[in-house]
Amino acid sequence: MKRLLLGNEALALGADAANVTVATGYPGTPSTEILERFARYPGVYAEWSPNEKVALEVGIGAALVGARTMVTMKHVGLNVAADPFFAVAHMGVEGGLVIVSADDPGMHSSQGEQDNRNYAKFAKVPLLEPSDSQECVDMMRVGLELSESFDTPVLLRVTGRISHAQSLVEVNAEQIERPRVAGSHAFGRDPEKYVMLPAHARQRRVIMEERLHDLQAYAETTPLNHISWGDRRLGIVSSSIAYQYAREVFPKASFLKLGMAYPLPVQLIAEFASQVATLLIVEELDPFMEEQVRALPSVPPEHVLGKEVFPSIGEFSSELVARCALEHDLIASEFVSLPASRESSDQPEPQVELPARAPLLCPGCGHRATFFTLRQLMFQDQTSVAEVGQAEGGGTPGTDGPYHRGTLERRRQYGVVVNGDIGCYTLGAFQPLFAMDTCACMGASIGMALGMERGGGKNKVMAVIGDSTFYHSGITGLVDVGTSGAATTVVILDNGTTAMTGGNVNPGTGSTVDGRPARRVDLETLCRGLGVEDVQVVDAFDVQEIEYQLGRALQSTEPSVLIVRSQCVLQGRPASDMVSYVDAEKCVGCWACLVTACPALVRNRDKVEIVTTLCADCQVCNQICPHDAIVQVSRHPSNDAAGVPSAGPDPANQATEREKARP
Amino acid sequence: MKPLNIVLTGVGGQGILLASDILCQVGMAVGYDVKKTDVHGMAQRGGSVVSHVRLADKVFSPLVSTGAADFLLAFEKLEACRWARFLHRGGVAVVSDEAIPTLALAGSSGGAPYPDDTTIAHILCAHASQVDIVPAASLATELGNPRVANVILLGTLSRFLDIPVESWHHTIEERVPPKFQELNLRAFDVGREPMAREYHPC
Ligand SMILES: Cc1ncc(C[n+]2csc(CCOP(=O)(O)OP(=O)(O)O)c2C)c(N)n1
Ligand code: SF4
Ligand code: SF4
Repeated sequence: MKRLLLGNEALALGADAANVTVATGYPGTPSTEILERFARYPGVYAEWSPNEKVALEVGIGAALVGARTMVTMKHVGLNVAADPFFAVAHMGVEGGLVIVSADDPGMHSSQGEQDNRNYAKFAKVPLLEPSDSQECVDMMRVGLELSESFDTPVLLRVTGRISHAQSLVEVNAEQIERPRVAGSHAFGRDPEKYVMLPAHARQRRVIMEERLHDLQAYAETTPLNHISWGDRRLGIVSSSIAYQYAREVFPKASFLKLGMAYPLPVQLIAEFASQVATLLIVEELDPFMEEQVRALPSVPPEHVLGKEVFPSIGEFSSELVARCALEHDLIASEFVSLPASRESSDQPEPQVELPARAPLLCPGCGHRATFFTLRQLMFQDQTSVAEVGQAEGGGTPGTDGPYHRGTLERRRQYGVVVNGDIGCYTLGAFQPLFAMDTCACMGASIGMALGMERGGGKNKVMAVIGDSTFYHSGITGLVDVGTSGAATTVVILDNGTTAMTGGNVNPGTGSTVDGRPARRVDLETLCRGLGVEDVQVVDAFDVQEIEYQLGRALQSTEPSVLIVRSQCVLQGRPASDMVSYVDAEKCVGCWACLVTACPALVRNRDKVEIVTTLCADCQVCNQICPHDAIVQVSRHPSNDAAGVPSAGPDPANQATEREKARP
Repeated sequence: MKPLNIVLTGVGGQGILLASDILCQVGMAVGYDVKKTDVHGMAQRGGSVVSHVRLADKVFSPLVSTGAADFLLAFEKLEACRWARFLHRGGVAVVSDEAIPTLALAGSSGGAPYPDDTTIAHILCAHASQVDIVPAASLATELGNPRVANVILLGTLSRFLDIPVESWHHTIEERVPPKFQELNLRAFDVGREPMAREYHPC
């Protein structure tokens, strides 16, 4: 039976079919679906770990007692897990251990681009690279077998275009039905292998080199690496998705397809090279294979083409491969089959600038009010937040509204510096919220804020971090803040989920990846335990309270944590019967509410309107409007009052509620 | 079999991925090799979504190249314009007349206004040999559920493809939960009606 599967689904299927019983990981695009999908198989253990380092450590433990194990992460995740990765490369395994790294050429959803094939060479472990979903299934099995027979972890590297492309996979029914063999393994004590003291590690280093040598011999003969002969004037060496593009663009050429791309089958490559006139290496990102091939004494360097033809930045496509091949004039054009040509269009395209459709925080997102407030703080010196709000709200329609660029940019210099972090809330960095000054890598916000404070920066500084990111690698930063005597302010945006990657559970969610109830971390207690006494919790939709607490924390000479709490709207927050509504009589077109970047707020000539179907009734815009033009009304106006909204609760009353709640 | 490249586009949440899944499954059912890939960075947050579907005897790249698409199936007008360059000159655009506004105040970036219908027709005709505008959203609302606009559009697309209607019906039955089958089959048939759309030869 054939099924159309994503590369990620195929990896999960392959793991299940090859009897993997433990899988761990930390979510990250484009890897996330592997573990989410695997967790649905019966009888397996799957967990979203707090971070990639822990995920790999749990994976190593499972492998050491003989369980077949898979660990998944995105490319940058392996940076976090690098320490245990190198350790297990020394130690070896008992049960098969496959580490899946999903790279993101082109940075569709990542903070940086890197080629994780380098990690295989760096840590001296074998590297497998599937080029479609069927190979994802097959290579998962081969990887586990290799891991066991060579006593090594295996790096299985995919890219976004493998993970997130569907292709046909042969699935046999018994694979799906097969009952899982539950085993309990006794740990085979072997301190010289598993206790990495210098004396032991030195022995293991020698074994690692021998292992690499053996793997090299395996690479020469494995069917994962194979030649298909075509015209011998052009020989192409390729792997992963680049192989698919090359097959499409060079239909006549000879191919050496590498499924195992480290260690390279050097003899096979030399033999292939000796029989073709030009050796063209087609690989995305780094010249990983090319550098090794060029170093082979038997391959004449003048016959090799690679990065002089193709870029080492960004994602490939058939189009790009064809274009590069033709442009550089190094390959005879008779070999190049263009996938299509735009020139065929005889009508010129009108030169119209189309509005961008940038990703936005959802309507009702709990991050919105915080970033609105941060924006105000960033644009002020010592003047009050309210004053700034007024100044910004006072713009005239048709001008640049709440921006007043010149003055605000100057004030921004002295305002609060917001060290941001990675998650949905990073969208707060974009216009018009525009309220983030730094964002480096997961968890960096807290350490960087502390560093700015210690570095003697003139501004007040703070850190803003999501709950999942905090559990991932913010905790250790906060330990530093709590114990170093600094006055750092840390805002934790606690929406109870890892939203950015699709709503994955985290240690604060209270359930497991397969939906069972789990114990949850008490965030407030955790922060206090780390040495921060001033820990406050606020409702994410209470603009005034957030403003008040932030102002207070920034003035304080003690370190403080402000937990801003809400439930992510995509995680089953119940739909409200109410919506916000703009009273056109009162709206003066100052655009103050539009600064919240809520997709439900749209401009209709000189007024704002709210798209009722989008509005999630969070009431953030209501509190921001300086003219009280936005009111809460029933979502289903009564029939007799066509077009006229029915009255909702008096917003004034709610404000009083909040006043009362303030300490 | 005749190779087919189809690009589906719209805004996150419009049911594009279900539509491209159904399309792939139908392709599989009639014996094509199939590859599909979605380009949707942060679509969940309202960004633009593009889904590439390739059907042929043997497919290598999952990505459709610029100027190589036989069909553009657009769930939203602005997105249709944005991705029209995928079409080759003989290609057909099937476009929902729905307009989803972009952010009203995006500062320096994305400040361009939403294009008017004349501009849209201009852009589409510069790329396509034929444009079919389908009032998919209002037809779906008439059927009682705005969410079936995606299946209505599939119905319109199906008019151009040499695939038996039974295969479509069968796949839709397989893909949607039983209680929505009736509705989705009706939606498909409505989209397949010649009267469903406004036809623009370019
Ligand atoms: C090292 C590393 N691992 C994983 C990711 C992928 N990633 C980006 S943001 C994010 C988590 C976001 O969750 P949270 O901090 O709770 O913010 P939210 O999206 O819920 O607002 C993840 C896992 C990454 N960028 N870097
Ligand atoms: S998914 Fe959740 S956290 Fe992300 S923008 Fe939407 S509401 Fe906010
Ligand atoms: S329109 Fe206002 S109340 Fe509705 S979701 Fe957007 S900010 Fe919240």
